[in-house]
Amino acid sequence: MTTPAETIQQFVDRDYKYGFVTDIESDAVPPGLSEDVIRLISAKKKEPEFMLEWRLKAYRNWLTMTEPKWPNVHYPPIDYQKIIYYSAPKPKKGLNSLDEVDPELLKTFEKLGISLQEQKRLTGVAVDAIVDSVSVATTFQKDLEKLGILFCSFSDAVQKHSELVKKYLGTVVPYNDNYYAALNSAVFSDGSFCFIPKGVRCPMELSTYFRINAANTGQFERTLIIAEEGAYVSYLEGCTAPMRDENQLHAAVVELIALDDAEIKYSTVQNWYPGDREGKGGVFNFVTKRGKCAGRNSRISWTQVETGSAITWKYPSVILQGDHSVGEFYSVALTNNFQQADTGTKMIHIGKNTRSTIISKGISAGRGQNSYRGLVKILKAADGARNYSQCDSLLIGDRCGAHTFPYIEVKNTSAQVEHEASTSKIGEDQIFYCNQRGIATQDAVSMIVNGYCKEVFRHLPMEFAVEAQKLLGVSLEGSVG
Amino acid sequence: MSILEIKNLKASVDGKQILKGINLTVNAGETHAIMGPNGSGKSTLAQILVGRKDYSVEGRVRYDGKDLLDMDVEERAREGIFLAFQYPVEIPGVNSTYFLKAAYNEIRKHRGQPEVDAMEFLTLVKEKMKILELDQSLLNRPVNEGFSGGEKKRNEIFQMAVLDPKLAILDETDSGLDIDALKIVASGVNKLKRADNAQIIITHYQRLLNFIIPDFVHVLFDGRIIRSGGKELALELEEKGYDWIVKHPQAKELVAS
Ligand SMILES: Nc1ncnc2c1ncn2[C@@H]1O[C@H](COP(=O)(O)OP(=O)(O)OP(=O)(O)O)[C@@H](O)[C@H]1O
Ligand SMILES: [Mg+2]
Repeated sequence: MTTPAETIQQFVDRDYKYGFVTDIESDAVPPGLSEDVIRLISAKKKEPEFMLEWRLKAYRNWLTMTEPKWPNVHYPPIDYQKIIYYSAPKPKKGLNSLDEVDPELLKTFEKLGISLQEQKRLTGVAVDAIVDSVSVATTFQKDLEKLGILFCSFSDAVQKHSELVKKYLGTVVPYNDNYYAALNSAVFSDGSFCFIPKGVRCPMELSTYFRINAANTGQFERTLIIAEEGAYVSYLEGCTAPMRDENQLHAAVVELIALDDAEIKYSTVQNWYPGDREGKGGVFNFVTKRGKCAGRNSRISWTQVETGSAITWKYPSVILQGDHSVGEFYSVALTNNFQQADTGTKMIHIGKNTRSTIISKGISAGRGQNSYRGLVKILKAADGARNYSQCDSLLIGDRCGAHTFPYIEVKNTSAQVEHEASTSKIGEDQIFYCNQRGIATQDAVSMIVNGYCKEVFRHLPMEFAVEAQKLLGVSLEGSVG
Repeated sequence: MSILEIKNLKASVDGKQILKGINLTVNAGETHAIMGPNGSGKSTLAQILVGRKDYSVEGRVRYDGKDLLDMDVEERAREGIFLAFQYPVEIPGVNSTYFLKAAYNEIRKHRGQPEVDAMEFLTLVKEKMKILELDQSLLNRPVNEGFSGGEKKRNEIFQMAVLDPKLAILDETDSGLDIDALKIVASGVNKLKRADNAQIIITHYQRLLNFIIPDFVHVLFDGRIIRSGGKELALELEEKGYDWIVKHPQAKELVAS
């Protein structure tokens, strides 16, 4: 007979199933970082001059900066000269249709459950698939173009829509914003670009799937999403990486811009390789995500389910500049085994009657350490600003930890800021109660965890919500005891 | 036919012996009341019957012809053993109806019956709710979360009504209930009684036994059943207290052995 503790242990111990490596030749620059490497990357991508200038400015700035030490995470020093900053699956000539995508890569994505064959796709989702440093395929582009929606790889955008890139790049996350954002600005290789023109409601979910394949390669993607007046878009991001003993660095930047009455929903299910049970390997996920509600009545919401990575350092934020704009952050962050997460959000209220909501659900199992770090800042002009924050932590077992660091700065007396926090534990008593009603331990844990995350899952697009529930189940296998 | 047969059941935890040799047979169609002072081992007996692992257990327990002590907690539940907890557990975030449907379907699966969908289940729930005069809004809330003490107890019996167990064990279901709720719960329990199932009612108060008439009353004292009798034993106990039984020659002999 297995005890509930044992069953929960098996449940948490299930292995990472995306850990395979695709055997594919890649075109890479040698490891290390210098102005020459940056020039090489820019040249390989045939970038216009302004782009190279911007990269170099960022690089020179980065050299003067130091890695942030304030997050509640611990890891050995990263040797930035050992990282490969550019790696692209070969052949890398311009693709005219999906038929030209390397079959090995198509197979890779099939294995990940992402079909790039348009006819096989779930209807209503367009995908930009990114392997290591480059975008390998973008589906449904032509359908979207008819509506004036631009959805392509960032490299394509730099070539074909350079005016838009020039106008918006770095307006939300400046090249010198923070250490990792500066590094990204210097070396970013690819990512997704998305532009929804005035008055257009994007009829399908746009989605990017990131995959790190090559060894010792850093992934530095850059995503830029612009919703013009009255436009709407829902955007999904998914990611996985092979299992490797060395840590891999992922330092992305995502910028969102919403003009008057526009709405952007950005959802992430992050499942980078978390390292093995002893804490060896795994992805360092140091990401800067920020949205700007530039226009009146604009709305940006971040929904994230973070189950992977050895270390997650990530604070999707919203700058509420337009009057009556709304920012939302819904997050589930799970840490198991030796994973560490320091994640949360920043809501910066500038405009009048701006509102923000923060719902954060941390789950710690094994020896996982989970920190919520959030800032709610209400500036002087933000009359009538309101914020509601709720930060809950759920502990599974007694070797894990949960920490909450809420920062509140209010400069306007008419503001209302509410903060609630709770910590709970899945107890043997709860499991026993479920067992006594005929429900097996594994189902009981899933049920309790999903119940706990319900408020966040509600905000995910349908298929993603199902995926997220499954992912939590898998990531938790073996976690109580 | 006997549903439950307990033979010389002993249990200890951390070297402390709590049950010191329980013998008890419960037949189909019977209601047994177990009374006894605080700490005498009543809840321990209930917990061991449903499979709590914290104790080291000796003796034999046959349930429905099977060796009960070999079965997992959930297997016992699916085979029709139900415990109304003395302290029902809160499960935040898990909707009561969803929880109960999962439990109900586990039992159906175990019996090789098809699972019911949400609509079918709701019909069943509505019907059972009437028996307990339960407020429907409770079912839309997370399991036991924020329920009052009395609501939790009533919810346990409601779950019992839905799951329709073969052997129901009620651990102090009456404590925390006001007099009206007590009558409703008791009449619910009576309605659930049939010739092919059985009930074990653990209580401190004879009052409950005015509404649920037991066929047998047992007095548990210091890990042993020191006296068994009919329903009049409860009345006698109420009048004379436990002291009277403990000093009874028959009991002295048992406790000393
Ligand atoms: N897990 C445990 N660890 C240590 N002692 C225990 C444990 N479980 C029960 N006991 C002890 O065993 C004895 C019997 O407890 P039990 O809960 O069965 O009593 P009870 O008859 O139900 O009492 P009450 O009428 O107060 O509910 C008590 O002294 C209790 O402290
Ligand atoms: Mg008790």
